[in-house]
Amino acid sequence: MAADLQASRLHIPFVPSRPGDRPDFSYVSLSPAGEVPRPDPRLPALETQELSRTLVRVLDDEHHAVGPWAPRLEPATLRLGLRHMLLTRVLDDRMQRAHRQGRISFYIRSLGEEAVSVAQTMALRGGDMLFPSYRNQGAFIVRGIELVAMMCQLLSNRADMCKGRQLPVMYHSKAKNLFTISGNLTTQFPQAVGWAMAAAIKGTDDVACTWIGEGSSAEADFHHGLLFASVYRAPVLLNIVNNQWAISTFQGYAGGERQTFAARAPGFAVAGVRVDGNDFLAVHAVTSWAAERARAGHGATLIEHVTYRAAAHSTSDDPSRYRPKDDYEHWPLGDPVERLKQHLIAEGHWSEEQHATLVEELGALVARSWDQALQYGTMAESSLMDPSLMFEDVYKELPEHLRRQRDELLAERG
Amino acid sequence: MARMNVVQALNSAMDVMLGRDPAVIVLGEDVGYFGGVFRVTDGLQKKYGEHRVLDTPIAEGGILGVAIGMGVGGLRPVAEIQFADYIYPAADQIFSELARIRYRSGGDFFSPVTVRTPCGGGIRGGQTHSQSPEAIFTHVCGLKVVMPSNPYDAKGLLIAAIEDDDPVIFFEPKRIYNGPFDGIPDKPAVSWSGHPRGEVPEGHYTVPIGKAEIVRPGTAVTLISYGTMVHVCENAVRELGVDAEIIDLRTLSPLDVDTLCHSVCRTGRCVIVHEATRFSGFGAELSATVQEQCFWNLEAPIVRVAGWDTPYPHAFEWDYFPGPKRVMRAIQTVLELQ
Repeated sequence: MAADLQASRLHIPFVPSRPGDRPDFSYVSLSPAGEVPRPDPRLPALETQELSRTLVRVLDDEHHAVGPWAPRLEPATLRLGLRHMLLTRVLDDRMQRAHRQGRISFYIRSLGEEAVSVAQTMALRGGDMLFPSYRNQGAFIVRGIELVAMMCQLLSNRADMCKGRQLPVMYHSKAKNLFTISGNLTTQFPQAVGWAMAAAIKGTDDVACTWIGEGSSAEADFHHGLLFASVYRAPVLLNIVNNQWAISTFQGYAGGERQTFAARAPGFAVAGVRVDGNDFLAVHAVTSWAAERARAGHGATLIEHVTYRAAAHSTSDDPSRYRPKDDYEHWPLGDPVERLKQHLIAEGHWSEEQHATLVEELGALVARSWDQALQYGTMAESSLMDPSLMFEDVYKELPEHLRRQRDELLAERG
Repeated sequence: MARMNVVQALNSAMDVMLGRDPAVIVLGEDVGYFGGVFRVTDGLQKKYGEHRVLDTPIAEGGILGVAIGMGVGGLRPVAEIQFADYIYPAADQIFSELARIRYRSGGDFFSPVTVRTPCGGGIRGGQTHSQSPEAIFTHVCGLKVVMPSNPYDAKGLLIAAIEDDDPVIFFEPKRIYNGPFDGIPDKPAVSWSGHPRGEVPEGHYTVPIGKAEIVRPGTAVTLISYGTMVHVCENAVRELGVDAEIIDLRTLSPLDVDTLCHSVCRTGRCVIVHEATRFSGFGAELSATVQEQCFWNLEAPIVRVAGWDTPYPHAFEWDYFPGPKRVMRAIQTVLELQ
């Protein structure tokens, strides 16, 4: 007997490849395109177990849209989706350069994940409230936030929507139903549920939609969000963008080693769906399905988008220290922009020439917008800005002690 | 002796303790394979293994909860919270649990957790990477609160914190990780190599928790400060050419009341300087203590220099930061030079 007894031993999550190793994505469980059935959106949450473990995919290897999830989208809509994704990417590239040139203090790219924000926002309605994370710039692009406005936020200049108070990329738009972004992880998750509860209390059919990374699903707010969404059957789309890496932390450390992230949902009696996050059509279809479910009073859906963070976490990060340099080249789900482009070409709705022209056009648009944004100043010239802005909006009315502190600062500056 | 910056000194403290005591364990986000986003735990996992230096899920409340349990189970955990701005999800575990386990169990249980966390601004971090929340923790009975201002103290205090059977919240001013900062952002960065406190023993030593240090003796006025602001105070005093006494608290709780009050009773004048916001800031406690103990020796009202009572802005960082100009003005005020 004694010989069979073993001391417990701490399990350390497996990380398939580190710098110098061959990239290995054999841990990613895939389903062939078109294979996963599309149930009625009103099905009971507990019956989504299969959906939460398989992978909804629409685009096949020949770039055709196949299976029951293939959305019937007009070519013009698809071309618009391609444009939004490309614009997001071109903007990211230019702003990354602006950081290298010392024009902005920080930046976060969404390279490789553009389909998530773009397809989802396109599949929702303008009245639906979005609670983004710091890698959802595509949602702002889709909702028509001016590039100049985004750039002025990045520059913390006179026209900055945040009045110089937030790190770059922490955009918002009250008018376009885009909530202010927090640097603190996952706080938006239960907040989106609360907004959805308010919509239900008011009796509207608007839904809320929010995003976190798979790493952030470790925070308690993730569990709070799921529980309240379940208890009150809130009309909300809860998204986990599983891009495999949370700075240096591999998704296995967030609990993704032996279970999908979407599979947590049925345990809360919330619908769970796992989708190919680099497949624009699949993301669009799953989002429409979840929105229909929510609007019909059947509650929340937790959607896991399987994708890959092709860029660094931020301009403060160097991923070559913790993962193979050529990791992304081996990512089995490809690139979302390229896949939609090839689909449109395969269907005869797009061409390489049109694509090249579009890239050029968007590059010029971004360059023009950047020049305009710089007219409003840069952070380095913050003396042009009014420092008394610092004291405003702490409260609705400026209290006496802040008025005194403001006057003290103004006197100090002379 | 070796030349170290604050990052290396903290790393050395954990290295020494991991080597000496098999109960010591390091855990936190990105601390293992990667070595921490500020490189403070660089190389420790490689040296001591994945069971001694643990990468964790991104869950501050979880990190503190399991650290407490590990401590109850006989380990001596050193938990890193990546930024002090992100410590709040762990507040319940720290305030209601860690701080009171000894008290509520009649002294039978304890958990010797050290929580390391980078704090402070001056790095263009905006409102979520710049906060100095130390005062909140000093308000909680049962916690010790430490903030070093140089590599020598950083290592000695961290070893003392790890060896301490009470929980210690260990704030690391990230602006001085790589060099002392005198509050003038336009000047070229200075490294710790030329600073006397950049000389650090490679082995084990401690700096006692609960003891302040007089970093510059003087007679005209007492400046009480800690962390980055100690260097700003030194700069202001140099600029003004006054014979000020500068005290580096090093430990905020328990407070070394004797050192402070002996000094102020001698000089009769007191300026308190911290980067954190002013209202209910730690300066309020210092000011009250000094007033209670030194009232009959005070020649002028105590003056506080602190961050404005707003969140830490991204664009107006140097208008926000209580730099040497503001400290000089405060010294002039208490000396009645203006």
